[in-house]
Amino acid sequence: MADLTSNFVGIKSPNPFWLASAPPTDKEYNVRRAFEAGWGGVVWKTLGEDGPPVVNVNGPRYGAIWGADRRLLGLNNIELITDRPLHVNLQEIKSVKRDYPDRAMIVSLMVPCVEEAWKAILPLVEETGADGVELNFGCPHGMSERGMGSAVGQVPEYIEMVTRWVKQNTRMPCIVKLTPNITDIRKPAAAAKAGGADAVSLINTINSITSVNLDLFAPEPTIDGKGAHGGYCGPAVKPIALNMVAEIARSADLRGLPISGIGGVTTWRDAAEYLAMGAGNVQVCTAAMTYGFKIVQEMISGLSDYLDSKDMHSPAELIGRAVPNTSDWQHLNLNYISKAKINQDLCISCGRCYAACEDTSHQAIAMSDDRVFTVKDDECVACNLCVNVCPVENCITMEQMAPGTTDPRTGKLVEADYGNWTTHPNNPNRVAAE
Amino acid sequence: MSANALTPGIAAGRLRSDDLQQNFADLHPPMGQHEAQVAADRCYFCHDAPCVTACPTAIDIPLFIRQIATGTPEAAAKTILSQNILGGMCARVCPTETLCEQACVRETAEGKPVRIGQLQRHATDILQAKAGHPFSRAAPTGRRIAVVGAGPAGLACAHRLAMKGHDVVVFDARPKAGGLNEYGIASYKSTDDFAQAEVNWLLGIGGISVQNGQALGRDITLAQLQAQYDAVFLGIGLGGVNALGADGDDKQNVLDAVDFIADLRQASDMATLPIGRDVVVIGGGMTAIDAAVQAKLLGALNVTLVYRRGRARMNASPFEQDLAASKGVRIITNATPVQVLGNGAVREIEFAYTDDTLTPTGDTFRLAADQVFKAIGQTLAGSGLPDTDKGKIATVGAGRTSIAGVWAGGDCATGGDDLTVTAVAQGRDAAEDIHATLTAEG
Ligand SMILES: Cc1cc2nc3c(=O)[nH]c(=O)nc-3n(C[C@H](O)[C@H](O)[C@H](O)COP(=O)(O)OP(=O)(O)OC[C@H]3O[C@@H](n4cnc5c(N)ncnc54)[C@H](O)[C@@H]3O)c2cc1C
Ligand SMILES: Cc1cc2nc3c(=O)[nH]c(=O)nc-3n(C[C@H](O)[C@H](O)[C@H](O)COP(=O)(O)O)c2cc1C
Ligand code: SF4
Ligand code: SF4
Ligand code: SF4
Repeated sequence: MADLTSNFVGIKSPNPFWLASAPPTDKEYNVRRAFEAGWGGVVWKTLGEDGPPVVNVNGPRYGAIWGADRRLLGLNNIELITDRPLHVNLQEIKSVKRDYPDRAMIVSLMVPCVEEAWKAILPLVEETGADGVELNFGCPHGMSERGMGSAVGQVPEYIEMVTRWVKQNTRMPCIVKLTPNITDIRKPAAAAKAGGADAVSLINTINSITSVNLDLFAPEPTIDGKGAHGGYCGPAVKPIALNMVAEIARSADLRGLPISGIGGVTTWRDAAEYLAMGAGNVQVCTAAMTYGFKIVQEMISGLSDYLDSKDMHSPAELIGRAVPNTSDWQHLNLNYISKAKINQDLCISCGRCYAACEDTSHQAIAMSDDRVFTVKDDECVACNLCVNVCPVENCITMEQMAPGTTDPRTGKLVEADYGNWTTHPNNPNRVAAE
Repeated sequence: MSANALTPGIAAGRLRSDDLQQNFADLHPPMGQHEAQVAADRCYFCHDAPCVTACPTAIDIPLFIRQIATGTPEAAAKTILSQNILGGMCARVCPTETLCEQACVRETAEGKPVRIGQLQRHATDILQAKAGHPFSRAAPTGRRIAVVGAGPAGLACAHRLAMKGHDVVVFDARPKAGGLNEYGIASYKSTDDFAQAEVNWLLGIGGISVQNGQALGRDITLAQLQAQYDAVFLGIGLGGVNALGADGDDKQNVLDAVDFIADLRQASDMATLPIGRDVVVIGGGMTAIDAAVQAKLLGALNVTLVYRRGRARMNASPFEQDLAASKGVRIITNATPVQVLGNGAVREIEFAYTDDTLTPTGDTFRLAADQVFKAIGQTLAGSGLPDTDKGKIATVGAGRTSIAGVWAGGDCATGGDDLTVTAVAQGRDAAEDIHATLTAEG
């Protein structure tokens, strides 16, 4: 059986599943129960500077998007950092870490953008025995209006400056948590690296308005007739987060910068995908908030079985495996030609592929009077839309055409050699193929 | 001490009233809001959907289900009712397992169709619980049309004609409108007096006057109607019943199943209805099943349904057969009644086993019977009607009969199965044809 033990920037945990800094990690009661359930580590709910704690709204703080059967697909929140006194949090962190020495205990921090503030809080965190700190440069609501959170995360110079202060004032490993509310994730990641960060974690939540109340004419969640944008997370954000992780993982300048993958991790499979895309571990928030702490058991058994099935002995062997295959469009092989193929034994004749292709694509699916659906190879461009709309798994497959055969759509021979856009005759900027 | 299941002979009140209430409650209780949402989410919104083809009234099923899924059940109801004005009753009584749900691609895929009938009920119930009527009438045409029969065919025809701006008079021999919706459908399919509520709701469009207690051939004649109205639609159903043709079938308590069922539907208290301890039902269709099941639900101890051919030939769907079996009805196939025994009233009935060609095998058996219900088919009743074909009024196109200006539809006419939904489709289509004919005449 695979050994799931994880070592992320020197921080050890029995598995690579950490709870992200959020309500699940807001207090001792939660974190103890999370550890009992099997979580490898937690990033404690973000602490602010000493003094009167922030306050949260007293109306609803979440909005949501649902799929079939009210499956929660996306969650939006307007919660701030911890609203409990600093010393209470610190005491609790210390007590939990003492009782669970094998688990990772990271403390998330967000204090004003002056060095004194960081100098003041870091020794207090060190004193708890915590394994590291995470700098919350991501919170996109409320705190950003006060010049913290994503207001810092959106300015690479600030990220670098604050990271440097932190590295100069503590021996603890420092993870910089990035906001996705920027145009190029590599810039803030590079700034963190330049400031000396041990790792980046991403993503924090995405600016969002989940819905508008059509009776009140106000965004939801609505508080006394008004609403504000919040931060989006959950399964819906995974594709965005995964791309950002890939951008960093395959950047030549950032190569080797450890990544803690966050955003929509709900099952072992999501976690495995993050690892393959270059993350050293994953953090989870919404899935735990939706289903409770127990889901980690499925994540552990699932990842372990998957690694076994691939003859891998530890997550380390999986980490980054998909990075070399993540390329740019211009390098995709234009000589690779495939055609959709419908398995008539599996087809239930719903006609969705037909409607999709006929109305919105390439008119490449034929429908007979008795509802038999077939692909017209001379029209099919292999776009994959039919595969995506077909309700029956594996009913439509993409079949590669063998080199040497003729593509009935173009009348051209399928070439065996790789050829991409950079050398394509239609490309005005093409380079000569060697 | 009141009667119980073991009380010999025929007795009322064999069951306690709360048991009766439970027995005759909704067969498929309505879906809750969330259940409907989940069920609606299962629809694939098929292209040129096979379920629509399978619905005799061609309701745009994917569209109405999507309207439910997006939280607009009243729009869904309008989609349903614009094709099938009795969509509420059809949602309750359609044998969906042989219609839309049989054709559903998810039946093909998983053997679990989208629950179209239940969703249809969900939407129509919501709309019909609201005051008002969703359809309005076109400008008055000044034309008057007579509809004979206030069953599903006649009502659907009348509604569509009223919508087109015509004035309609509906004549029906019975004291209440609704046809078999009111007098035939099993009690547990149409609960809470739904049939009358639906008729009243339908009449909400205006322009339709219903004259009950008016029988064609007794109180009115076809010639009179033709003279007084611009067109006539006949939706008189099948008023007669086939005879048993067994020795002694005139004995007491050998009864027509349809009358027993009508009594059930009209009873205000099931505990007042007398039922035998031993009941035999003869027939293999929906009527036979409904009579047998309801006899059992009333508290009969032994209910046996006897059908002359094999199971596969039964008109009742496998779902209906299973329903009967689950209520404790014993089904015997390949047996034909040969004589009814008893002194004045039936005591026993003798059957001969028959093979699939109805040839007696030579073996016979007897069943004790306090009551025998005959459900061996209904027949067209009446004289002076248009030409018939195989016992039904012959029609071409949308219900045109051999007499110009006279249309027919529903059970009394040729074409389609004897189902509520088919009657609605035929009534609606005849109305369109009447309208087209009258407006073309100028
Ligand atoms: C017991 C039973 C159970 C059934 N269960 C189902 C079911 O679950 N699902 C389903 O889809 N179908 C069912 N059916 C069939 C369905 O009820 C009929 O197909 C449908 O009612 C036919 O409608 P219709 O308008 O043609 O005739 P009917 O409903 O029979 O209506 C005919 C009307 O015409 C009136 N009438 C008759 N003669 C005259 C006259 N001379 N003058 C004036 N008025 C007259 C009658 O009083 C009646 O109101 C069942 C039938 C029976 C008998
Ligand atoms: C209610 C709520 C509060 C959060 N608070 C914080 C926070 O205090 N600090 C922080 O770094 N991230 C915070 N987050 C962001 C999460 O840690 C995480 O980055 C994000 O939810 C994406 O992961 P997920 O898709 O698994 O939920 C919060 C998220 C939620 C839903
Ligand atoms: S979408 Fe799939 S199941 Fe539906 S018709 Fe096309 S191939 Fe068949
Ligand atoms: S009317 Fe009957 S057959 Fe048609 S969709 Fe409704 S339930 Fe199905
Ligand atoms: S066949 Fe089934 S899945 Fe397809 S549209 Fe009809 S109800 Fe929906």
